[in-house]
Amino acid sequence: MSERLRTEWFGNVKGDILSGIVVALALIPEAIAFSIIAGVDPMVGLYASFCIAIIISFVGGRPAMISAATGAMALVMVPLVKEYGLNYLLAATILTGIIQMILGYFKVARLMRFIPRAVMIGFVNALAILIFMAQVPHFWGISTMTYVFVALTLLIVYTVPRFFKAIPAPLIAIVVLSTAAILMDVNLGTVGQLGNITQTLPSFFIPDVPFNLETLQIILPYSIALAIVGLLESLLTAQIVDDMTDTGSNKNREARGQGIANFVTGFFGGMAGCAMIGQSVINVKSGGRGRLSTFVAGGFLIILILVLGELVVQIPMPVLAGIMIMVCIGTFDWSSFKYVVKAPRGDAAVMLVTVIIVVATHDLSKGVIAGVLLSAILFAAKISKIKVTESKDKGKTTFDVEGQLFFASVDSFVHKFDVSVRDQQIVIDFSNAHVWDDSAVGAIDKVVMKYRENRNHVTITGLNSASKNIIEKLAVYHDANGKISTH
Amino acid sequence: MYQHILLAADGSQNSLRAAKETIKLAAAFPQCTVEVVMVADYDKSRYDILHAVSSSELELKRRKILAPVEELLQTNNISYRVKILHGEPGPAIVDYANQEKVELLVIGSRGLNALQEMVLGSVSHKVVKRAQCPVMIVK
Repeated sequence: MSERLRTEWFGNVKGDILSGIVVALALIPEAIAFSIIAGVDPMVGLYASFCIAIIISFVGGRPAMISAATGAMALVMVPLVKEYGLNYLLAATILTGIIQMILGYFKVARLMRFIPRAVMIGFVNALAILIFMAQVPHFWGISTMTYVFVALTLLIVYTVPRFFKAIPAPLIAIVVLSTAAILMDVNLGTVGQLGNITQTLPSFFIPDVPFNLETLQIILPYSIALAIVGLLESLLTAQIVDDMTDTGSNKNREARGQGIANFVTGFFGGMAGCAMIGQSVINVKSGGRGRLSTFVAGGFLIILILVLGELVVQIPMPVLAGIMIMVCIGTFDWSSFKYVVKAPRGDAAVMLVTVIIVVATHDLSKGVIAGVLLSAILFAAKISKIKVTESKDKGKTTFDVEGQLFFASVDSFVHKFDVSVRDQQIVIDFSNAHVWDDSAVGAIDKVVMKYRENRNHVTITGLNSASKNIIEKLAVYHDANGKISTH
Repeated sequence: MYQHILLAADGSQNSLRAAKETIKLAAAFPQCTVEVVMVADYDKSRYDILHAVSSSELELKRRKILAPVEELLQTNNISYRVKILHGEPGPAIVDYANQEKVELLVIGSRGLNALQEMVLGSVSHKVVKRAQCPVMIVK
């Protein structure tokens, strides 16, 4: 075993085991709640969390990051489960894994820098809103006791950590309130009413779907969306864990690892998952630094389910909904309100569009794509603004060009020049400009030729060397009337 | 005589006053190095990453917080270095001070976040309780 691998696994044994246990406890309610969002048995999310955490601890690129069944992924798969059922979800999970492996192999992580921050902020906000909306049916307008239990859950999860941090507060809320509900015989909806818990280890099976083109047509759009959403959240989480631990990570290996984890998980009856920001932060804060912490989180989770499965079905839904409301509050970027006011108009618009598209379509990947497209268009619009200032001096007219001259800015460039003048000395100064492509060169040609038709003398100055190169290669105007002077 | 003074700073007015006191001390000992530590809070990590364009920009943003302190040290010709720690402010400072065996730790009496202080107690209070070196709290 290499030195590096040894430190990644056993460099922090005590801290990793303890933090892994804490994360396992915090994972259980989330895995169950996300299964319910996706519309499948809690076991699908629990098996996924177990498989993904264990596999990613070996093949991931970011030690101490926690991956499992997540809300972002669950939200994407809702329509697939509703229309086609669990087996198609498992097939889609396997395909998601294959897509992510391919993307990881082609070093998809490099593309992350093209995703603007405004889109990422929109992503987490939309995620929080959707998870919250998914909770509403579980507590709204059911009974007074339901409201009481949601309120009690929130009270516990927000006040207990101030005095006692060793056990995750959501688990305390579950144990205390489930016990109270059972002892006092309160009539509340339970997890058991929404699905079964089977106290067995996951086993290998091939999803029962016909292997044909039709199946592929059904699952492919979901798999692509899942792959995008999973990688996005995983790579964002990796950056956060990098920052918290002040260490680097291999993002492409992580992308491949996410693919392997999902691929295998699909064969063991688990739903697609990805890295979780909240759980990873809990892990690092609890002292987790190595791969062992993720491994322990997955392992301990399944042990708990095997031992306590019968109790899990008795968890009241309002308690789970309360915990999910806490997750939403933690997921939402509350500085966004300030951001909308203070950030540049374009960025604020991109963030809002991302959120609106997600909330309207219930598909995080669509919001992200829309956000990226909009910010690309805004960027092109911004960069294609070109400024030409005219100044006259001793019979010489100088045009100062400022900005990027390329296909999107050539039209406004050409219109800035009044080419009807005659017998003038014209200087076009490119000191503050860059000439990018052949349409830019064509535009310069056009302006120079028009001036020359009216017997003006045109001089071009201040080209930087890259601009000069492209002009020398492509321009025609200097063939017509001697050489260009470039100072 | 002090050779290694740790100055905990967060860009607040109190930490500036702490810097001024540190300079008075360090100026008396020509061989003394001041180490300025700032803690990048775990709880702000997610916000920082979400709102920073790149990790280098984020690093710059954090260094900027310390700019007034660095300026003070520079104009007084104090030799210093900067260290950014990651963790929860109190424990991170204490662990670093204990691990580096600094001779004196200087810290402002209160930091930037009044609400957090009310709920969790002040960082300087936690530091005094657990640090193994003399601590100077500057009001």
